[in-house]
Amino acid sequence: MEPILALTVAIFFSVSIYLMLSKHIIRILLGVSIFGNAVNLTIFTSGRVVREIPPIIPLDLSVPDGITANPLPQALILTAIVISFSFFAFLLVLAFRTYQELGTDDTDGMRVAEPKGEELPPLGY
Amino acid sequence: MAADGQWLTFLALILPFLGAAAAPPLVRAFGHNAAWILALVPAFLFYHFAGFLGIIAGGQAVSGGYRWIESLSVDFSWYLDGLSLTFALLISGIGTLIVLYSGGYLKDHPHLGRFFSFILMFMGAMQGLVVADSFLMLFVFWELTSIASFLLIGFDHRREAARRAALQALIVTGAGGLALLAGLLVITLATGANSLSALLQSGDALRQAPLYLTALLLVLGGAFTKSAQFPLHFWLPNAMEAPTPVSAYLHSATMVKAGVYLLMRLNPVMGDTVLWETILPIFGGTTLIVGTLLALRQTDLKLMLAYTTVASLGLLVMLTGFGSEIAIEAAVLYLVAHSMFKGALFMVAGSVDHETGTRDITKLGGIGRAMPITFAAAVLAALSMGGLPPFFGFLAKEEIYAGLGFGSNWSTLVTLVALLGNALMFAIGFAVALKPFTGRFIATPKTAHEGPVLLWLGPVVLALCGLLTAIFSEISHRFISTPMASAVAGESVSVSISVIPHVGLPLLLSLATIGLGIILYLAIDRGRAAMASLLAAIGWGPDRGFDQFVRGAVRISAAITAIVQNGRLDIYMTVTFIFLAAALLVPMIGFGELPEMPAFVAMHFYEATILVIAIIGLAAVVYARDRLTAIVSLGIQGFAVALLFMLLGAPDLSFTQFMVETLSVVILALVMTRLRLSPADHRPLGQKTLDFSVASLCGAALGLLLLRITQVPFDPVLSEFFAANSRVIAHGRNIVNVIIVDFRGLDTLGEIAVVMIAGLAILALVRIRAGRPADKPVKEA
Repeated sequence: MEPILALTVAIFFSVSIYLMLSKHIIRILLGVSIFGNAVNLTIFTSGRVVREIPPIIPLDLSVPDGITANPLPQALILTAIVISFSFFAFLLVLAFRTYQELGTDDTDGMRVAEPKGEELPPLGY
Repeated sequence: MAADGQWLTFLALILPFLGAAAAPPLVRAFGHNAAWILALVPAFLFYHFAGFLGIIAGGQAVSGGYRWIESLSVDFSWYLDGLSLTFALLISGIGTLIVLYSGGYLKDHPHLGRFFSFILMFMGAMQGLVVADSFLMLFVFWELTSIASFLLIGFDHRREAARRAALQALIVTGAGGLALLAGLLVITLATGANSLSALLQSGDALRQAPLYLTALLLVLGGAFTKSAQFPLHFWLPNAMEAPTPVSAYLHSATMVKAGVYLLMRLNPVMGDTVLWETILPIFGGTTLIVGTLLALRQTDLKLMLAYTTVASLGLLVMLTGFGSEIAIEAAVLYLVAHSMFKGALFMVAGSVDHETGTRDITKLGGIGRAMPITFAAAVLAALSMGGLPPFFGFLAKEEIYAGLGFGSNWSTLVTLVALLGNALMFAIGFAVALKPFTGRFIATPKTAHEGPVLLWLGPVVLALCGLLTAIFSEISHRFISTPMASAVAGESVSVSISVIPHVGLPLLLSLATIGLGIILYLAIDRGRAAMASLLAAIGWGPDRGFDQFVRGAVRISAAITAIVQNGRLDIYMTVTFIFLAAALLVPMIGFGELPEMPAFVAMHFYEATILVIAIIGLAAVVYARDRLTAIVSLGIQGFAVALLFMLLGAPDLSFTQFMVETLSVVILALVMTRLRLSPADHRPLGQKTLDFSVASLCGAALGLLLLRITQVPFDPVLSEFFAANSRVIAHGRNIVNVIIVDFRGLDTLGEIAVVMIAGLAILALVRIRAGRPADKPVKEA
């Protein structure tokens, strides 16, 4: 199963990076969202995959009965999903407000922080 | 030594820093008279260190200190021998006079407290530098003197010239300090010693080490910058932008001698080699001649003195590197003599400036009648500088000529250089001491009159010291010159020269110096004009070079910034991802760590279906013609991932993913429909191709990395720990949940904090509206 998932992850990463290389804020945001999924799948796969057995201890036992899915990556990803979602929401609102202020969604038009043709810093002392 | 003595020395080392902290409130309370109180600090130091004179004259060294960092064997330790002690006495003794003088010179200055603070800070640093034993302490105090010097040169920070001079001194001496640090590390590497006392006992180890040349060049880099050797001398005359007490103290009597101190300190272990005895005299001799010639050019009293200081430092370096015992004795005598007469002359120049309003030698004349005490101090100091009996400078000069001699072509050359340099210094010294005071009276901006006691006390005491130390030369040799010369030579030597002239070669050379000096003094105006036209013809100097260097550095950084930080997000992203791909692929290919070809994997058809749905969703996002399609497609791939989690034994993930994807799609749809955006991709084909290549390369690299990871044996320690303990310790059956709320509860707290901060940031973004003062600068109505 892992090689197939590795291939899937490669496709996820390629698509998200392709989108992020765009100049349009919306496409970049779509890319960021997919990037989160790609990273989560990577963590998930590197913890090895076990089919259909969640890491839950049966009622009458104190340890799991036989092999289960690896709980550690799941815990990590659970945190990651929530954080990437809040990050995504923030970016989305930021992009929206930027569009309202600057009237463009093209990153080339967003030069407030790094304006074109800046003068030399002072050469004196 | 006794424990209480150790404690007192430690107190003496930190007292100046305490004084620096106390200075501003004291000045607020007592005005400029706080000088009398603050002078007690260096006076105590002088008294304390003078207590060691007897022990050290007996040929012993005093050491002490505390272990600082045990594991790195770093100590706060000091080592006092004749060399350190003489320096310590000069620093504290002259420091006392300088503090008093500053009180008079900067009377009513609004930042007098700050000035005292800086100068005491410097004093502490310099004191620490000369008594430091461990290399680390030596380096720290060395750099502290540079920093204190920066603060003092830039004291009058409203003038650009002062700011420039301060920065220049900091860059030159700071860079030298770094070279010194490297040099000290190399010395430790070569000999294993990490303190001066250990190094001095290592004998020939350093000279014979293969790293000797490296260590020597690095140490010289530190010493030559600090002691202003040509062609790195230019910062010192510029440092005259500082108030005159600073020039007298830092830039003539003490700090600039730190380089000479270092050379003298290392002479027993680094000297006596061909390299040492070639490099030092060449640089020193060149500095001597260039310094005196440049001094000739100046009309500003302080600048004339500054260039002669450069020249004197050259002479000291030349003598230290000449390699004869008597030359070393001469260097010792000259160093002590120079500190006294040059300190006095600087203070005289400051007093003249203070009382007349100018220090241009061509605009001064005949003020001797108005300022008799200052005039007397000036003459006494100049007599010592000129090397006339019965002054300490005379002893030094006799010893210089006795030490150099005419033994070979090399020493003849060095002697002639010394003779020419001394004659020029003679002329300039007397020009400074006589021209303003004698001759026709010239009206000055302020009416000249004698300054207050604070202003004349310093120069008078120093000038008299130059006389008394020579007359009672037996005592000064026993306690100062002989122990110091022994420390520099690394073996017991004895200085015995006295003021009674002996007929011989040195005396003849002295007479020649004086004769030549008088001729040069009479012809000084012509010499100045000649030098001025010569310098105008050359047109370029290291000082201008420094400006070019700074401007060039700014321009180059601006150019590099314009390329690297070009303000285009797509380029930043492209570069980042190219480097990501390279960082992953190059080591993988270079070290043969590529994954093996995986075997065929059996899959259930529903698993394959979900993967295909995810990929269709991805493709649809990329090719979507309108926004709604793109958003829905984003949802498709997200839900596919959620299903995948469900199938692979992660129901918690799956539920969370479903919720998050749903919310994402809803929010995106809400926001995007409010924007009037053209949905299509406007990238030209070439750009698309490039982006596609970069993206696929990165994707492939990450996929290969993951494949490789899954092919190494899995380390289940943590997973097994959680499985074994989740119910036993934490009483939870869902292991994932237990990890999140229990084992890694703090992480979850951090996660919640991130969510909260993101929420607050979103709230702030939504609230801030265009046109409000918080957002845009307020426009005048």
